[in-house]
Amino acid sequence: MPFIPHTDADIREMLAGIGAPSLDALFEEIPAALRSGKLTGVPDGMNEMQITRLMSDRAAQDAPLLNFIGAGAYEHHIPAAVWRIVTRGEFYTAYTPYQAEASQGTLQVLYEYQTMMASLTGMDVSNASLYDGASGLAEAILMAVRSHKTSHKVLIPAGVSPIYRSVAQSIVRLQGNELVEIPFDAETGTVDMKALQQHAGSDVAALVIPQPNFFGALEKVDELTDWAHAQNALAIALVNPTALALLKAPGQWGAKGADIAVGDGQPLGAPLSSGGPHFGFMCCKQALVRQMPGRIIGRTVDLEGKPGFTLTLQAREQHIRRAKATSNICSNQGLMVTAATIYMALVGVDGLRRVAAASHNNTAALAVQVSGISGVKRTFHGPHFHEVVLHLPKPVPAVLASMQADGVLGGYDLSAHYPQLGHALLVCATETKTEADLQQYTDALRRALHA
Amino acid sequence: MSNPANLKYTPTHEWVRTEADGSITVGITQHAQELLGDMVFVECPDAGRKVRAGEECAVVESVKAAADVYAPVAGTVTGGNGELDGAPQKLNEDPYGAWIFKMKPDNAADLNSLLDAAAYQAHVDSEAH
Repeated sequence: MPFIPHTDADIREMLAGIGAPSLDALFEEIPAALRSGKLTGVPDGMNEMQITRLMSDRAAQDAPLLNFIGAGAYEHHIPAAVWRIVTRGEFYTAYTPYQAEASQGTLQVLYEYQTMMASLTGMDVSNASLYDGASGLAEAILMAVRSHKTSHKVLIPAGVSPIYRSVAQSIVRLQGNELVEIPFDAETGTVDMKALQQHAGSDVAALVIPQPNFFGALEKVDELTDWAHAQNALAIALVNPTALALLKAPGQWGAKGADIAVGDGQPLGAPLSSGGPHFGFMCCKQALVRQMPGRIIGRTVDLEGKPGFTLTLQAREQHIRRAKATSNICSNQGLMVTAATIYMALVGVDGLRRVAAASHNNTAALAVQVSGISGVKRTFHGPHFHEVVLHLPKPVPAVLASMQADGVLGGYDLSAHYPQLGHALLVCATETKTEADLQQYTDALRRALHA
Repeated sequence: MSNPANLKYTPTHEWVRTEADGSITVGITQHAQELLGDMVFVECPDAGRKVRAGEECAVVESVKAAADVYAPVAGTVTGGNGELDGAPQKLNEDPYGAWIFKMKPDNAADLNSLLDAAAYQAHVDSEAH
């Protein structure tokens, strides 16, 4: 359907109304050099039939590739009902629920979401989401610094996603905060405890603890949490929500539990779509709730005693506190969160556990299979979730290009971010992969290396 | 409720009581609590913190807004009122009894620049117009 806001007659009428002889005359005040004139690079319009044909031809060029890339965005099966429900107009078009009396449905979904996330992470409270995992990590760092009061130093392992570290650095650096990188152990790919110990006794606001880390390796979270608390620093858990179905919840890490848990919610019902949109989740202990950015939905009763839902603890949000707000990027990702809530409700606790276990098992099986190829071995030893790093006998980019020609997206090339690892490839096989898929991967890798 | 004559005031709606030992006790005025409405949380400064005159020192959060409480003069905070933890409504019920923090001024003479009750009332009246 064409979208033409004003007909020629409308425009003539409006020009006559304000006394301008023509559109050009109306804009005469703008110097000619600044006017765009005709948009010569933009072709003439096409009709619906033509554009449908053009776009389906282009879509057909996207060959159906078998995807083994993770590295922060994960392919999981999404039950068909999820997006069927999410795209209902009531959810799809809803705006920020400032007006509680007109937004009970949206508010209830957010409340249910918070309940699920608090339960998954083992924390006291959850906010209604942030933009994505990377900005969520930055907010957690700022939150830790605010609550610590004396230190602006936060320790961040090199095993945290390099993209997350870069985003966090961009957001927190100009507020006078220092992110200090902790190297990983070459054998296990997890935090080098000796290197960490060098910071013992220094004034540290927080330690970021990834679980699993970017290499898919499982960190010694209890030990790291207790270490942070012994330094009077907060423990920030950076977690994969799918993995939490199997692993210990951050609230139970160490003697006292992590203080803040953040991560990217994409694995919970959001499809892979050219990098977005994702959503970030953030949960924390009760004592930190007033340092937490973003909004929280609460359950309450109205004047007649009937239950209802409303935005709460919002006095420090930007629409009230403006420049002094806890954060000025505290929008939530309402639609993605709605998908996550429906996804979690549909798959349930057992379903999520099966998704996590199948993803772990598939990746483990793939690692064993490809280790049979001459020159291929796992870079790190130790437990992993659903990603592993493979060391290849040849440069990774050429291998990936060759595998792609065979219909396989072979993984994420680590050489740019971790040159010290040599020809290192990060591979992920979720529950979506069959035995035949794993075999296809192994064959494609073998051909790429030894053709 | 009128503003007690034995207290000093700031244009930013803090009241200040000078103690026998030269330290001062700070709270927010009747007018301030009335504007903010029902208090839900008070964040007191830690003892030992050095503050400049007019520096944000505490935060009072009501159902409507979160507002800063400023240091009336330069000095060192000696403590916050722990009783407000879990009982922020005391600021509404008894604004001139429920203090927020105590501090030691760097320079006692700075206190002379604060408003007396009449001048503060005139300031409140002028803000109303």
